[in-house]
Amino acid sequence: MSSGTITRAGTAPLNEVARYSFAERAVHWIAAIAYVYCMVTGLALFTPFMYWMAAVLGGGGTDRFWHPWVGLVYLVTILWMQAKWRWDMAPIPEDKKWDRNLKYYVKNQDDKMPPQGRFNAGQKLFWKGMFWCALILLITGVVMWFPELMPRDAHFALTLFTFIHSATALVTIALIIIHVYMSVWLEPGSLKSMIDGGVSPRWARTHHRLWYEKMTGRKS
Amino acid sequence: MSNSTLEVKAISGHRGGTPGGGHYRQPDGSTHQGVSREYDVCKLVDTTTCIGCKACEVACVEWNGYDFHHTTLDNTYQTMPETSWNFWNLIKFNEITDDAGNTQWLMRKDQCMHCEEPGCLISCPADGAIVQYTNGIVDFNQEHCIGCQYCLTGCPFNIPKFNSATKKVYKCTLCSDRVGAGLEPACIKACPTGCLRFGSKEDMLFEAHQRVDQLKAHTSWTNAGVYDPEGVHGTHVIYVLGDARDPEKYGGLPANPTVPIFVRLWKGPLKWLGGFGIIAGVLGVFFHRVRYGVKHLEGEEEERKP
Repeated sequence: MSSGTITRAGTAPLNEVARYSFAERAVHWIAAIAYVYCMVTGLALFTPFMYWMAAVLGGGGTDRFWHPWVGLVYLVTILWMQAKWRWDMAPIPEDKKWDRNLKYYVKNQDDKMPPQGRFNAGQKLFWKGMFWCALILLITGVVMWFPELMPRDAHFALTLFTFIHSATALVTIALIIIHVYMSVWLEPGSLKSMIDGGVSPRWARTHHRLWYEKMTGRKS
Repeated sequence: MSNSTLEVKAISGHRGGTPGGGHYRQPDGSTHQGVSREYDVCKLVDTTTCIGCKACEVACVEWNGYDFHHTTLDNTYQTMPETSWNFWNLIKFNEITDDAGNTQWLMRKDQCMHCEEPGCLISCPADGAIVQYTNGIVDFNQEHCIGCQYCLTGCPFNIPKFNSATKKVYKCTLCSDRVGAGLEPACIKACPTGCLRFGSKEDMLFEAHQRVDQLKAHTSWTNAGVYDPEGVHGTHVIYVLGDARDPEKYGGLPANPTVPIFVRLWKGPLKWLGGFGIIAGVLGVFFHRVRYGVKHLEGEEEERKP
């Protein structure tokens, strides 16, 4: 068996390239559930048009109580992913060309894109973006968690932090819309890789050529 | 005052018009329900005749059914540093040395100001937790409060106070229960000097200005003035200040209170930008898929060709 193929106990080896370990998948989905909970409860508190979501999830008071705690769970998963993928997310020379050719990527003309490692330059941007947003959400969120402890002289900071918390959350929603769209709909095989852990060799070769070569030892 | 003075004008966290409220457009095109504006209520506090007896504090706690609790001594006559969730009416005592070197002992009754443009209500996300009646009273409905404390963020006067046991926020109701039944607020009833008065906003403003003219003409309070801040479109508690040049010295009364700028941006442009941005984003990726299709794997295109 060549390196990079995955097997399951009692079954024949699947002709797949191992992409995500169980731990990576588990943490990713914990992050996803925690994020969606925070997004929905956050939107309920953000705009009256979404307040009905609070009722769906147990009422506004329940939302207010759990939102910060689940936010902390989300933060832990973000930190784990930052540590786990820091080498795979490191910039490579090809990323510059990838950024330049972004318009072709958007138009699905993927043959014009440079070869990429385990993660492409866009994924690296998403990974960094979600990390910095999570840090901002943490700092501003802790203040909003206990506003009664804020000294009145620092009241301006309370209003500013509240604004920044909402604005930053909206930035993450923009990133999440793109992330979910691409993995669930635009790129067949992506969602499956985050559930089952593997991708077809062809998928790996198309989207992550350098990673494919490293994993299989094959030059393409 | 009749019960009709408690018609709802605005509701927190509420989308659309306000049932029975002043924001519904009437058949004749007006946006107010006529009579309601005539009943704008107002509390007038004349700081120059307040003697600091604290009868209003006692009346407030009694009427609202809270227990008396330990006071905080900070070497003044003030009961505690600021109002608390179950102590909504606090006389603030301030010793000031004026420009001439004379000591002034200033007292001001601190409570909810019942802003015409209430920052608490603007900030509140919970449907119906804060209501503004057409008579100007801004009231909290604790049964709908979710304890998020956004009202603390929105208030320019540091009034709403959180109870960590009930996870709800409380403040002065301007005795909406008494006013709705045609009575004056409890603090007004208890005041022995007449420095507290209650009536329509128009009448109270008239009395306040009359008192200011009197102070200027017959006393050394030549800088007397009425405190009815424009920044929140006026308040339903107004003060006669002996020295209106510097309200801050009356226990931190803000000189120019407004709904904080970032609360305005947050509950105004950001809310709309966010809402439309999310819709545009979802539509955007949908039409991207419709326009460009899915990403194909290498060689797939060739295989499809006959």
